[in-house]
Amino acid sequence: MTKTKQPTAEEEMALLELPMEDIVDKIEELSGQNVFDCYQCGMCSAGCPMADQMDLMPNQILHALQVKDPRAITANSMWICASCYSCQVRCPKEVDLAKVMEAMRQIYLRKRLDHVSLDGLSHREIRRLPQIAVVASFRKKTG
Amino acid sequence: MKELEKLTYFPGCTLKDTARDFEISGMAVMEALGYELAELDRWNCCGTVFSLTDDDLMHQVAPVRDMIRAQESGSQEIVTLCSMCYATLKRASLFVNGNQERLDKLNAFMNKEVDYEGKVNVYHLLEILRDRVGWERIEERMTNSLEGLSVASFYGCTLLRPKEIAIDDTDAPTVLEDLTKSLWATPIHYAYSVECCGAYQVVDNRDVIIERTHRILSNARKAGADVVITSCPLCHYNLSDMQKELVRTVPDYEEMPIIYFTQLMALAFDVETGKIPAPLKAKLKRVQTVKGEG
Repeated sequence: MTKTKQPTAEEEMALLELPMEDIVDKIEELSGQNVFDCYQCGMCSAGCPMADQMDLMPNQILHALQVKDPRAITANSMWICASCYSCQVRCPKEVDLAKVMEAMRQIYLRKRLDHVSLDGLSHREIRRLPQIAVVASFRKKTG
Repeated sequence: MKELEKLTYFPGCTLKDTARDFEISGMAVMEALGYELAELDRWNCCGTVFSLTDDDLMHQVAPVRDMIRAQESGSQEIVTLCSMCYATLKRASLFVNGNQERLDKLNAFMNKEVDYEGKVNVYHLLEILRDRVGWERIEERMTNSLEGLSVASFYGCTLLRPKEIAIDDTDAPTVLEDLTKSLWATPIHYAYSVECCGAYQVVDNRDVIIERTHRILSNARKAGADVVITSCPLCHYNLSDMQKELVRTVPDYEEMPIIYFTQLMALAFDVETGKIPAPLKAKLKRVQTVKGEG
């Protein structure tokens, strides 16, 4: 499996063609979540099994969105999140962070900026991987 | 012979391919309990993951079509074995059932289909076993007790999260442990039973999944597990396939057998199990010998 060529943070912001204020509005609209509901208790990051792989941890993503910091959308976090919902079951403010992550991915995918490509998947991988892995990966990371 | 009670069964793609053992053992144990998993006619892939953006009705078409198939068959329910299918279908049913605006839009889009009425409920097989069959009947049906076998349950994500679809307590579930106890095996408690294995990230972040598998299974081993049971074909793949890498690279790594919960039942019922990993076969042999001597 190959990831598509990863642009720099500046290149990514240019590709999105939107100021950060509009991106945050779009994320709230797509996810149905209010990022200002978060009061930074950190429960989401404490329980996130992937937090150690992320450029910004889940609570930091929400904080970056609150202050309109573009790192929210250029960090790798949204591509590492597997929508496992550990954050949602623990959040005292009932923020559905998995939906926020999905909205951020959709901002890219709806501009046809895919994160993975089928080209690098070998015949062996296709034979061995369960269908649910391949379908889920492409549902989450391609537009 | 008593007629079998029919359950409207949605297999999903993976149970027809890489997770054949799940279907084989699931059908065998349900038959032994007096039920037929009657496969839904003309089912299609549920979409695997539930669409999380509010404006995206298009990705609800696949799961809703499956609900129409159930409705056409005269059933008001769908039963799944695969946890990912369960979550996708269940969430889709909650998204559209009782929401006339969404139903109208979807029905108008699928104009060649009969209208979906929004009445189909989705269940995971574990709910059927717990709430309809009951642990006592399962214990009564057991012909081959698993006494002496220590079993760690791996719930993964989609049976328990998000909370609106949880089949049990999201932090401290017991359904798999209760099943284990009804077969006279010993449930093992360990730190990672409700954690995510990394799921579909295995497609492009394989190293992360190898690390998670190591962490999860080492902890289960330390807690004394002989075997890990699961209900998700993706957890099953990640945990078992990544171990091949661990066996190669980690000194003295001992392989942990991973099986579906239906295979554990099939072992106890003495019905068709599908493929059982060699280390578990060896362990069972030892357990049986000890019992024989006792």
